[in-house]
Amino acid sequence: MSNTAPAHTAVSGNRKWAIGFTSVVAFFFILNKFILPEAGSGVQKFFNAWFSLTSMAEIMIWIIMALGLNIIVGYAGLLDLGYVAFWALGGYVAGWLMSPFFSGLNINFFGNPRPGLEFGIHFHVFLVLILGGVFTAIWGVIIGGPTLRLKSDYLALVTLGFGEIIPQFMLNGADIAGYNVTNGAQGIGGLDDVNLFGYVIGTFALPEKFLMVSLMAGAMIFFSIRLRDGRLGRAWLAIREDELAASMMGVPLWRTKFASYAIGAVGGGIGGVGFAILVGGVYADRFNFVISIIILAMVVMGGMGNVWGVVVGAVTLAWINSVGLIQVGELVNNSFGTNINFPSYQFLLFGLLLVLMMLFRREGFIPEARIRMVMNEDKVDEEVSDETKIASK
Amino acid sequence: MSLDGRAVLDAQNIRVEFGGLVAVDDVSFTIPEGSIVSLIGPNGAGKTTFFNVLTGLYKPTSGAVIFDNAEITGDPVHDIASGGLARTFQNIRLFGLMTAQENVMVAMHSKMNAGVFATIFRTKKQKAEEAEARRFAQELLDYVGIGGVTNEYARNLSYGDQRRLEVARALALRPKVLLLDEPTAGMNPNESAAFVDFVRKLKADKGISILLIEHDMSVVMQVSERITVLDQGQKIAEGSPAEIKSNPRVIEAYLGKSGSEASK
Repeated sequence: MSNTAPAHTAVSGNRKWAIGFTSVVAFFFILNKFILPEAGSGVQKFFNAWFSLTSMAEIMIWIIMALGLNIIVGYAGLLDLGYVAFWALGGYVAGWLMSPFFSGLNINFFGNPRPGLEFGIHFHVFLVLILGGVFTAIWGVIIGGPTLRLKSDYLALVTLGFGEIIPQFMLNGADIAGYNVTNGAQGIGGLDDVNLFGYVIGTFALPEKFLMVSLMAGAMIFFSIRLRDGRLGRAWLAIREDELAASMMGVPLWRTKFASYAIGAVGGGIGGVGFAILVGGVYADRFNFVISIIILAMVVMGGMGNVWGVVVGAVTLAWINSVGLIQVGELVNNSFGTNINFPSYQFLLFGLLLVLMMLFRREGFIPEARIRMVMNEDKVDEEVSDETKIASK
Repeated sequence: MSLDGRAVLDAQNIRVEFGGLVAVDDVSFTIPEGSIVSLIGPNGAGKTTFFNVLTGLYKPTSGAVIFDNAEITGDPVHDIASGGLARTFQNIRLFGLMTAQENVMVAMHSKMNAGVFATIFRTKKQKAEEAEARRFAQELLDYVGIGGVTNEYARNLSYGDQRRLEVARALALRPKVLLLDEPTAGMNPNESAAFVDFVRKLKADKGISILLIEHDMSVVMQVSERITVLDQGQKIAEGSPAEIKSNPRVIEAYLGKSGSEASK
């Protein structure tokens, strides 16, 4: 078996991928900011249908989410089935800290309230991002603290529970002991526009919003790669490989798993803040169990543990969900004269895709080099055993 | 002989019960500083259970383990390991999908400090720490004789190299005591002989005390300064290789009663 030095290939691979990611972001930003407004209506229509900037920006949020979950599932090997809870928590931090929602208060810390809506809490967006990360990390600590002592299957069940409880709390939080905490099913709208050093990104300034969440996704990619290559990343990998051996080599199991859970939660929180800013509000009915599973599917299908694989997984699934299905459906219906409602078969196709992946490419689109090796070895083993069967005949 | 040295590890009256079964019955055992001692016994004698008590994997029903003048009974496994009590595994337990270098570096985890922020932003200190860890890992790999496979995945290494890598990984904990659990299992006589030399070199170079659990009697007799024999959870003999060889109870435990009579 040939073995390249993983460290070196990883570095140059990272550079290629980073250039690719930056180019795609720059392309869509320049296209939508400068070229499309001047372009003919045919070109406009094509891009707005297949690559609408709204869905592109949302894809960036999915990347942040998937990378956050990847730290928990891909790096440390812990199964979390309730990751949507962190998305919700991050979203509500943005809802609370940069909107007129708490109308009895009047706090403005470098915020950018809309004219006439100066009441409420208005923090600067950077502060909200930091507080969103800290808040979800604290919740990661509260959830992870007791549950990470459980065996992995039970951990999955407990996270599943929290993934239901927190969105339900948000949905019913309009009257907690007389206080309106979450505004219930109506959610919190009218978030402040982002003000970056005097440059205001307006509610409808989509290219700028896209650029902002793309930068956040880029930062998340960077953090993920750096963490994986460091001391903590090695410890996570060791735990994923062999818990007992890791603890016998001085790696504190609970503390290390705990770190992965809390850091993974921060990803969900930051993504949640970003999403709230993107849509200008936070609405509880969006945070359901399916979201947790979709994020998990992005991680698994993209290639658990491999940052760029997870990015590709997130982009693919998010795009299929948001525009791909609709557009392909229209294309099929128009060319064959059929009348099939493709988006309503979303979960059927989704399930089919998952089954096909598990059958033909279990390691994901772009697996981690380590995982790829095991999967290929299995194949070799199967081939060898087939040959021996034939030979024995 | 260095057997008169201070006991770096002292297990006092260890007793382990699993339900009604007494796996280890009131065994006391010391590892003198800078010595090579062995623990032998027939299958099911309680060797591995006793070993697991020393490394903290099992909490003894009664008794105490004193390591380096401090009681460690009931301490978390990782604290005992990072305190300087390292081990290898009978059935090799490397991190298969990590490189040889990474395997060794995992064991340095407790000796390194870089936190989340230092790792993300690659502070000067973090870079220096990583560089030093890589250098030390290479030094250890060279020391055990597999310096050429630094970037190979552990699962791709030959059996002999995997055994060596386990030792290198254990040494990365900078141990005071190294526990080797059947290190020559699956080795041929030549490899075993080379291993005996290696254990002696290890003791001489690094001043590490070594406890060996071993089935291969030729290895045990060659390398041990003192041998302790367990049978059915009890210590039945302790002494120099020559003493153990001629001890009737040991022969009986290994060969049965008629065997011990036949040998007379």
